[in-house]
Amino acid sequence: MSTDTLMNNSTLKQLSEGLARGEYSSVELTEAYLKRIDSTDGDLNAFITVTADQARTQAAAADERRASGQAGPLTGVPIAHKDIFCTQGVRTSCGSKILDNFTAPYESTVTHKLQDAGMVMLGKTNLDEFAMGSSTESSFYGPTRNPWNTEVIPGGSSGGSAAAVASGQAPVATGTDTGGSIRQPAALCNLTGLKPTYGRVSRWGMIAYGSSLDQGGPIARTAEDAALLLNSMAGFDHKDSTSKDIAVPDYTADLDKPLDGLRIGLPKEYFGEGLNSDIAARVQAGVQELEKLGATVKEISLPRTRLSIPAYYIIAPAEASTNLSRFDGVRFGYRCENPTDLLDMYTRTRAEGFGEEVKRRIMVGTYALSAGYYDAYYNKAQQLRRLIKDDFQNAFAEVDVIAGPTTPSPAWKLGAKSNDPVAMYLEDIYTLSVNLAGLPGMSVPCGQVDGLPVGLQLIGNYFAEAQLLNVAHQYQQVTDWHQQTPAFG
Amino acid sequence: MEWETVIGLEVHVQLSTNTKIFSGASTRFGAAPNTQACGIDLGMPGTLPVFNENALRKAVSFGLAIDAEIGRHSAFDRKNYFYPDLPKGYQITQMDHPIVGKGQVEIMMDDGTTKTVGVTRAHLEEDAGKSLHEDFHGMTGIDLNRAGTPLLEIVSEPDIRSAKEAVAYLKKIHSIVTYIGVSDGNMAEGSMRCDANVSVRPKGQQEYGMRCEIKNVNSFRFVEKAINHEVERQIALIEDGGTVVQETRLYDSELDETRSMRSKEVANDYRYFPEPDLLPVEIDESYIEQVRSELPELPDAKRERFHSEYGLSEYDAAVLSSSQDMAHFFEVVARQTGEPKLSANWVMVELAAVLNKTNTPITESPVSATNLAQLIERITDNTISSKMAKTVFEAMVEGQGDPDSIIEAKGLKQVSDTGAIEAMIDDIIASNPDQVEQYRGGKDKLFGFFVGQVMKASKGQANPGVVNDMLKKKL
Amino acid sequence: MSLDRSEVENIAMLARLKIEEQDVPHYVDALSSILDLVDEMQAIDTQGVTPLANPLDSVQRLRADEVTEDNQREHFQSIAPATDAGLYLVPKVIE
Repeated sequence: MSTDTLMNNSTLKQLSEGLARGEYSSVELTEAYLKRIDSTDGDLNAFITVTADQARTQAAAADERRASGQAGPLTGVPIAHKDIFCTQGVRTSCGSKILDNFTAPYESTVTHKLQDAGMVMLGKTNLDEFAMGSSTESSFYGPTRNPWNTEVIPGGSSGGSAAAVASGQAPVATGTDTGGSIRQPAALCNLTGLKPTYGRVSRWGMIAYGSSLDQGGPIARTAEDAALLLNSMAGFDHKDSTSKDIAVPDYTADLDKPLDGLRIGLPKEYFGEGLNSDIAARVQAGVQELEKLGATVKEISLPRTRLSIPAYYIIAPAEASTNLSRFDGVRFGYRCENPTDLLDMYTRTRAEGFGEEVKRRIMVGTYALSAGYYDAYYNKAQQLRRLIKDDFQNAFAEVDVIAGPTTPSPAWKLGAKSNDPVAMYLEDIYTLSVNLAGLPGMSVPCGQVDGLPVGLQLIGNYFAEAQLLNVAHQYQQVTDWHQQTPAFG
Repeated sequence: MEWETVIGLEVHVQLSTNTKIFSGASTRFGAAPNTQACGIDLGMPGTLPVFNENALRKAVSFGLAIDAEIGRHSAFDRKNYFYPDLPKGYQITQMDHPIVGKGQVEIMMDDGTTKTVGVTRAHLEEDAGKSLHEDFHGMTGIDLNRAGTPLLEIVSEPDIRSAKEAVAYLKKIHSIVTYIGVSDGNMAEGSMRCDANVSVRPKGQQEYGMRCEIKNVNSFRFVEKAINHEVERQIALIEDGGTVVQETRLYDSELDETRSMRSKEVANDYRYFPEPDLLPVEIDESYIEQVRSELPELPDAKRERFHSEYGLSEYDAAVLSSSQDMAHFFEVVARQTGEPKLSANWVMVELAAVLNKTNTPITESPVSATNLAQLIERITDNTISSKMAKTVFEAMVEGQGDPDSIIEAKGLKQVSDTGAIEAMIDDIIASNPDQVEQYRGGKDKLFGFFVGQVMKASKGQANPGVVNDMLKKKL
Repeated sequence: MSLDRSEVENIAMLARLKIEEQDVPHYVDALSSILDLVDEMQAIDTQGVTPLANPLDSVQRLRADEVTEDNQREHFQSIAPATDAGLYLVPKVIE
């Protein structure tokens, strides 16, 4: 198989085996992906920065490592990183003008670990500015397009990573998920995406949006690939106080476990008003496949699902409003021209450096924390958050895994919701509560609606990533949705 | 009208840890600008704080020293405001759940009266950097070495009623933090800084007057001056028919005045909320007990012991126990001499005068404790008189050696040999027949003349007691 | 819940965002509609519910007090907008 033809459908697992068998070198593989990026990214805009030289150097080093017998399963496999992870010596923009000139002075833990595993960084992918969005349209670097239909959005905020993998520009990618930013683009681009339990993956070097919600994770073609990547991404980090000090299992170990006796809960709130009926049908069909595999299914209730929208759209902007105060033009990043005084420097630097959605969220968050409104907004939202978590805990007393749609509708046309932030926020209805509760969640491809992919969401209990991956892998053994690729390019 | 002053103090104490409260950068004072500011201290995107165990230990240690409640579940919050020396745009501090709760300290005034001042709370937070306002091409320079240095902010109740009490309170806090080693207490280097909330009210009135916060009162002397100045300003204002406006005022030590900080007039809304990058700090009984077991004898306990064990007055005991170094010095002298009161006098009067004059800490005293003890021993064994001891002491300060060698070298040994003194007295009686006549005739005052003559003849070395007795006999 | 012009201007000042005069109505509308969206939570009785600040209810880990960072001033300042003599420069701060 030539490296050119393997591109569109090769999994990380297949590439890993191909490298191990010596069918191609990492340098060859890397060149093939760089070529693919070169020929397609003009249409997709999945990458903000392509690190071709660095990739070639890393690929050569990976080949040497393999020659010396030190290769692991990820060694020599290319990867794309969401441009929210700091990568030393490489521009880390977070999709914002304010960081357009920011060359990160250090490496994030996630990218460092993957680099240590021998992965080859192809570049940094596009995202909604500071990960605030569900469409990858708010980036300073322009919107990313969905390889399944370049007229529609790829989802967001990790839309660049999703588009890159879906189009064969990269076999796997990293993403981050604060309210659905891995699962939703994975769903809309026919990929497998996993948001781990809060605290499972280090946040060090990952530019913060909502600190108590953010979590990095893999975006891949298959559950098995996601497991392989998570094996290297996860783990305790002494540099992140919220990182959990528990051992990382081998996430591939349980992939083949049969699903006999698995109890699946379908929250009735996830199948009500607002859900596209075709998506509902695809998700129901997916659940039936799981039943055929031996799982039992019952309806459950997550009564506060609807409240995850107000809770999230207070908590995330509140945290963001202060997380983004450091972008002040003093020590790094953009500074406005010729400030007349300090206040002018602050207000113009930030007004010129941030885009509209970021400014909106900073202002909402500032308001929610301000004197006289804290109790009614921020504190109230944190109380709802506990109730939402309690709902999940009640559910997990009865079932092992919760299943439902990832999104209420398939990908929409570029610009369709750009001027209506509230309409955009409502698209996150099924993903937000998972972040509020800190639970692991996945999206796996479960079919198409009008030629656009949609996702089946699987939600597990804390640190049950292995179980989610097992369910997803078993599902992918009996379905081929995940193997379908766009006609793009 | 008679006015009463009401003062509450907020004391910021830099904890003497090796590293910042949330990063592994050094806290050493005096480094070149921004050489001790790591990515966390600079608020670089993606960096995260991790809490320093030693900062916690020191805060708990202080809480135990003032008999305060220790927060078993404390938590950090963000205090949001923009300032160039605050890199993240927020300060990590503790709002609702401080590490130290209610406690109290006892202060003692110069007249020996004591008073208890309540401590509302003490919480951990990070220090800001420094803005250097010298001209850098018309701009302000920012040094972030200090950013992230652990601070314990100790907030008093409004129990303080005068500038002098405020100073006594501040000195007591200084004494405690240096005793237990949580801070070097170096005010010149900013290790201890103080803001004062000052208000006045007519004597007898229950409710508090409108208060002003005076910032930047960073020495014992300035605290007193700044508060006195502010009290006078407020009283004059009210007596002229005006009202005090709640505001922040800056003390200018050069002009000796407080002035309104207009730049802070923009209403501050700090938008406190729980710091999501840090988790609640839980400490258990065994941790607290371990910290407690490491506490040294505290100033109040030491003062009590000096009073009961050595029979010192409460005041002397308080002065000597105010610093651990002074207390230690005193105890070495007292134990060696077995004369605690005399030792206390020498340490508090003669030695303190020398140290004050040269601004020398007692740890670097030109006279060692054992040498001072030896000097005192020479007084009590009648080798030298108290008066001569002062001469010897001066020589010791000048570095001329230990007391015995100075006494020897200067020939200052007191003459108690009755034979030698008798010979001198006989000579004097013989050469002053007129005065002898007059004395014997009832002019008692002339006794002093004879004593003087003997002392002169002995070059001051005759033991005055022996001289007195013998003169009386011979005359 | 809708905001008025002066509230939006006050929020923008707190957040240090310069908003052009003509853009204020846009922000008034956008923020008001977001607040409308979140206001449904006001109907929920949360009395006695402990706010959840961190999803895992974990506790803070402590770091040993050892210096782990060395001087990287030149490295960090190479990406700074304005520095001189090792200092970050900002427009004059008036106390």
